[in-house]
Amino acid sequence: MNPALRDVLVFLQSWWVELVSGVVIVAVVPLVAGYLVLMERKLMADMQARLGPMRVGPHGLLQPIADAVKLLIKEDIIPDNADKMVFWMAPVVSMTAALTAMGGIAFGPAFLVARDINVGLLFVIGVSSLGLLGIVLGGWASNSHYSIMGALRSTAQLVSYETAAGLALVSGLLLAGTLRIRDIVHAQEQSGVWFVFLVPVAFFIYVVASIAETNRAPFDLPEAESELVAGYMTEYSGFRWALYFLGEYANMIVVGAVATTLFLGGWLRPFPNVHWMNWLDALPALFTAAVGAYCVFRAGKQPARVQVWFMWGVALACFAVALILGVPVLPLQVVAPLKFMVPGLHGAFWFLLKISAYIYLFMWLRFTLPRYRFDQLMHLGWYILIPLAIVNVLAAGVAMILETEYGWNRWLALVVTTLFTLGVALFLLRLNDKRAAAASSAAPPPEEPSTEDSYAG
Amino acid sequence: MLDKVIFFFFAGVAILSAGLMVTRRNAIHSAVFLITTLLATAGIFLQLRAEFIFIAQIILYVGGIMVLFIFVIMLVSLDVALRQVQFSRQKWVALFVTLALAVEVGVMLWSSRKVPGQGFLLPNAVPAAKLPPNTEALAGSLFSSYLLPFEIASVLLLVAMVGAVVMAKKRT
Amino acid sequence: MGPQHPSTHGVLRVKLKLDGERVRGTECVIGYLHRGVEKIAENRTYQQFAPYVDRMDYVAAVSNGLGYCEAVEKLLNVEAPPRAKVIRTIMTELQRIASHLIWLGTHALDIGALTPLFYCLREREEILKIFEKYCGARLTTHAFRIGGLQYEAYDSFEKDVERFCKDFERRIQEYVDLLTGNSIWIGRTRNVGVLSAGDCIALGASGPVLRASGVKWDLRKAQPYAAYDLYKFEIPVGTNGDTYDRYMVRMEEMRQSRLICLQAIENIPAGPILGKVGKVLKPPAGEIYHSIEAPKGILGYYIVSDGTTQPYRVRIRPPSFINLQALDKMARGHLVADVVAIIGTLDIVLGEVDR
Repeated sequence: MNPALRDVLVFLQSWWVELVSGVVIVAVVPLVAGYLVLMERKLMADMQARLGPMRVGPHGLLQPIADAVKLLIKEDIIPDNADKMVFWMAPVVSMTAALTAMGGIAFGPAFLVARDINVGLLFVIGVSSLGLLGIVLGGWASNSHYSIMGALRSTAQLVSYETAAGLALVSGLLLAGTLRIRDIVHAQEQSGVWFVFLVPVAFFIYVVASIAETNRAPFDLPEAESELVAGYMTEYSGFRWALYFLGEYANMIVVGAVATTLFLGGWLRPFPNVHWMNWLDALPALFTAAVGAYCVFRAGKQPARVQVWFMWGVALACFAVALILGVPVLPLQVVAPLKFMVPGLHGAFWFLLKISAYIYLFMWLRFTLPRYRFDQLMHLGWYILIPLAIVNVLAAGVAMILETEYGWNRWLALVVTTLFTLGVALFLLRLNDKRAAAASSAAPPPEEPSTEDSYAG
Repeated sequence: MLDKVIFFFFAGVAILSAGLMVTRRNAIHSAVFLITTLLATAGIFLQLRAEFIFIAQIILYVGGIMVLFIFVIMLVSLDVALRQVQFSRQKWVALFVTLALAVEVGVMLWSSRKVPGQGFLLPNAVPAAKLPPNTEALAGSLFSSYLLPFEIASVLLLVAMVGAVVMAKKRT
Repeated sequence: MGPQHPSTHGVLRVKLKLDGERVRGTECVIGYLHRGVEKIAENRTYQQFAPYVDRMDYVAAVSNGLGYCEAVEKLLNVEAPPRAKVIRTIMTELQRIASHLIWLGTHALDIGALTPLFYCLREREEILKIFEKYCGARLTTHAFRIGGLQYEAYDSFEKDVERFCKDFERRIQEYVDLLTGNSIWIGRTRNVGVLSAGDCIALGASGPVLRASGVKWDLRKAQPYAAYDLYKFEIPVGTNGDTYDRYMVRMEEMRQSRLICLQAIENIPAGPILGKVGKVLKPPAGEIYHSIEAPKGILGYYIVSDGTTQPYRVRIRPPSFINLQALDKMARGHLVADVVAIIGTLDIVLGEVDR
């Protein structure tokens, strides 16, 4: 056989999983991001005493499809003086960065796209930060004043909060001792407790920083409608805008996945090592079955026939998933050969549940909190979050030394250092209040009485 | 053989981008092609099993330094610079020196083709499976044998940062 | 900030003189909604002009109608019967709540809080339902007539108002929970757009803008009209004159309006609803100025009659127009993002600014 052909076959044989996963990511993630948008609209409506999209498809479930089709058939407008190559490329860069970062995440012990790369977590963070380039190039290429200002602001915000996020992750990594995704989760399994309980301050800093990373409220000034129209996205319409938007939501998933992996135990169920908690293994199946039962309960109350069928369909799907999740866990002899599926499936379930909770938190904060002004945003990042993150790294390091060198109990060491970090946090916040009070008593800067009359002429 | 294909792909992209970078009239286009060059180089690092350097290149070089470049290009009005004379009177000297260097390198490559290893110092390649993990190896040497230069470098960076902030503050 | 901007609350064009991000001066370009209402008044009879005044401040149409009807009644030397006065008071206070709800929702939306708008609209819906049941219209109500009312309060009027007021206390608490203590909200509104008391009086600002700067002047207490002298209520006053104080003043005003409504519906006097006015109104020649405390500020009507059925001149003192002049003073030295908050806190309606 032709040696080249043989090489290709060998390559395909050993790498086909990764190739297929790559294709799946590129095909599925935009769809998932589209449904995330629908989820957000439904959640927002629920919190605002209304219903959200209801027309397109049952309960609005075909809304993302309708939106995608609409965006695809929209006229492609490119501003006159825009740089065509960069204008075309910028949203692509943004989306590509988010999708590639997805490739480094493990959704379960069996679902890992990039072969367990040595620098797993760093890979995800590094590649997702390439999305910055998409923003800054997009703003520039639009050749409009609003866009450039929005792009610069957005980039400054992202860079500042990336530092804080990275430092927060370092505190968690100190505890994990490795950058490989599988080994991080394994470390949490070994220590018996999710890292969020060991370094809660780091988790909190990461949450805040990741909200700013993904340009979500309350840090969404660069895309605030009332201020800069849409910032760097102003001149993008139709499918290009959709790419940016999907990149943002894919970024949310990536950021949630990183937090879940490092702090929330990845694909571990709560209390992974405690043997008498093994009944928790039945939770995924029960949960899905409960959702299915609820659908059955509501099916009778639907006004239209097609909606009744739809609810029944959803219920059946839920029961099927519940079966798949539940059967291998049953303590019966007949299902013993299926036991190998448990870690993979259940791991994926728990992982997705945790990411969903994290993203729910993002959305909840978006609907509740007003927006920070840009200088307040930067102040928060540089004056409060970054010093706090640095102190947290030091504290986590000290805790580890206390544990290994001086034989302290791990919990005691971490509690002591966490309290210290909280003290520093309070101190920083008090400083901030004092500075705000001092500045406001002299704000706005005293204006020299201007001689020109702005109303004249 | 697959290794060769991947290597030539990355190397080709790197060289092509580098060439495009120095021939573009638009500064942002040059920056974009520099980004592609750096990414291709990072790919070569990854192929050499130097994962940490691969990701460090992406995070620092592409994600940090190139963003800075693009900021500067955006904020500094380049029309003025473009209209200035690009080549000074020293272009003939520069051309001569470049040609001389190229001839030297070419002669060296040519005359060493018969020498085993072609004159390059080739350490014995280690089978990939036996390589120490790149991150750990780097960390180990940074924090033991090269600790002092590491600390000095970080102090230097801190000084540079503080200096930049001080210089950028408006005189109030 | 051009006429088509999501946050200028209508067609308002603001020219900002910027130094980087700092505002050095503003210039408002208005007139996009000018319809010549005052000129139209010279060619309509007094009753025919009444629907036109609703269209000025279309967010608070009932107050506009109250001011006009009372002004013409003064000109005719007629007084509305007590029952009409009480019902007028109830409707006007409900309208004040509705106007402040719109203000709160849009102001919060400009600053980035997405949710209060929908809660405010939900409450406002109840008020508009009451209006619709009463006079058939939700927005431009034309609820009052010169001399009193045309429509008797419908059967469940008191019950509806009482139910709304009882529910409203809990709703206000929702807004307070969302915004009042929120450090982001405080950070965006404290010390933003400060207007001192002296500046307010010099510029002629009125309404919550004036009261937030510390001047306790409310025409409902100072020169009572309708049935306001019958009820006990407080006038909220601020200290700093910044956006946060204006927010607190308006929130408290909503509470006080609710109290007035509750007191009023307990005792609506029986009797006629329309005073002794003929079908054809020919006020004697003369002039009258009558002002009321509209939700946006002091709304005044200066009517000159020449003895015919049509007024010689109707001049309206629009509170939004005069408050808008304070924008320049308030916005100087702030960042662009604050200008949006300041325009929102002035609570302007372009229909009133331009007429």
